[in-house]
Amino acid sequence: MLPTAGRGLSRPEAGYGLEAPVQHHRFSPYTFNGGTVLAIAGEDFCIVASDTRLSEGYSIHSRDSPKCYKLTERTVIGCTGFHGDCLTLTKIIEARLKVTTNATCLTFFLDVLYHWQMYKHSNNKTMTTGAIAAMLSTILYSRRFFPYYVYNIIGGLDEEGKGAVYSFDPVGSYERESFKAGGSASAMLQPLLDNQIGFKNMQNVERVPLTLEKALQLVKDVFISAAERDVYTGDALKICIVTKDGIKEQTIQLRKD
Amino acid sequence: MRRRHFAAFAPCPQQRWRPRPLHRRHFVGAHSPPPESKMALASVLRAELSEFSPNFPKSFPKRFLEDFAEDSEGIPEILRDPPGPPRVLAAPPWGLEAEPEGLGLHILHGTTTLAFKTPLGVTVAVDSRATAGAYIASQAVRKAAPLGGRMLGTMAGGAADCAFWQRLVARQCRVQELRNKEPVSLAAASKLLANLVYQYKGLGLSMGTMLCAWDKRGPGLYYVDSEGQRVAGAAFAVGSGASYAFGVLDRGLAEAPGSEAAACGLARRAVYQAARRDAYSGGSVRVFHVGPEGWREVSHDDVADLQDIYGE
Repeated sequence: MLPTAGRGLSRPEAGYGLEAPVQHHRFSPYTFNGGTVLAIAGEDFCIVASDTRLSEGYSIHSRDSPKCYKLTERTVIGCTGFHGDCLTLTKIIEARLKVTTNATCLTFFLDVLYHWQMYKHSNNKTMTTGAIAAMLSTILYSRRFFPYYVYNIIGGLDEEGKGAVYSFDPVGSYERESFKAGGSASAMLQPLLDNQIGFKNMQNVERVPLTLEKALQLVKDVFISAAERDVYTGDALKICIVTKDGIKEQTIQLRKD
Repeated sequence: MRRRHFAAFAPCPQQRWRPRPLHRRHFVGAHSPPPESKMALASVLRAELSEFSPNFPKSFPKRFLEDFAEDSEGIPEILRDPPGPPRVLAAPPWGLEAEPEGLGLHILHGTTTLAFKTPLGVTVAVDSRATAGAYIASQAVRKAAPLGGRMLGTMAGGAADCAFWQRLVARQCRVQELRNKEPVSLAAASKLLANLVYQYKGLGLSMGTMLCAWDKRGPGLYYVDSEGQRVAGAAFAVGSGASYAFGVLDRGLAEAPGSEAAACGLARRAVYQAARRDAYSGGSVRVFHVGPEGWREVSHDDVADLQDIYGE
């Protein structure tokens, strides 16, 4: 994912030839704020981890901007991409989960939702992870023609208590997986996870189920590696561990350069 | 009587759960035709509301207009560009846009899906790769989804588009089934889907789907896409790997497959060969069979394992 040329500078490749490079000053409603999110589902746990760097272009806006948001006692969402859309999207999701319907509230939010369901108040129970995933898919698709620039990964426990990870694209396509990396370093992390957790391309290896300790160690190792090679990933790592006893958080420092 | 059924489910612009193209949107909560809000943030930008008149985009703030390239629809292109590579399944064969500048956007597609009719039913085979640009986003996508109890729909093109519209049609079919106390026909379901997406023609939806069912007319197969095509046929292959799949399929269908196993074997081989030759198809091959009792999954094989079976 390339950063937006928000300052109107031409791409270096466009300047080959004898003419001067053409400057395109083009307003874009989006920008890319970086960050990486990772989620791993185990037998009875789920880990959602993200770095805490918020950047734009060549600058770092903040070193303490985690990308995991707790939705319920069993579900955590990680959002990367354009930070403005991440904030609004999480607000909308939380509102759909909790807030009562009020006609005047609607006008203060983007007119992207046509049904504000008081799920918890009307159904008197918290939404399951799968239900939140389906709801997020429709929220994202309702903006099909002006999408939220957010790459989401939902991690949590399903109704049976097993770990569940759902990954999304910006317009709402989703599927359930065992592990997924999203964000700027996703292309670096996903192959490593395929090999270590999915046992892809490994022969004569015993496929043991993943324990929580091994998964945590893996998460820390991959983020340390990502921080080495991706400029948008670094500063600190926040890990949310979802088990039937609730959500625990850890913070580990990463490279700050 | 049939017309009444269609009218009950004719695409209604007032239905609130469907995404609205920006220039056709209504305000949330409005029950009368709204002052047509053209920008998503119009309700917040109260002072500039006068600029967002029904003649959008011609009345779009002039200071921005010269920055925007307008396309043939008159809609500024920036409002059409997706922010990053969305997850896509195969390209329908009507051509792709060149890579637009901006955020490194790629809309390269990749998939192979195929279906053909035999007197025994409809055989469907799909691969399972989803790509975002040149990155393989997933090797385990389910590209064939049930549409109600007895129908199967394949997905090619934009993954979110296919999944959303098929899910919506499945919902409509279920409602119709409950109202009429009989399963909805494949012709009706495919017509519903075609009419729904035709409203968005030209706005960038990308969907090429095959609907398969055994209804009261026997085995049925329709190809529906986001350009408005809806055509019944005996055999289709959709996606970037379609031409490779047709090569195997047409050869195998020269003599009608004698049994369900033979038909499924042919379908599996066709998708496997397409996955071998097309860079954007791969992952695993799922084969389904749609018979009088409904659909069922016949096999699910990883392409790497099939290579050992079929050889090079």
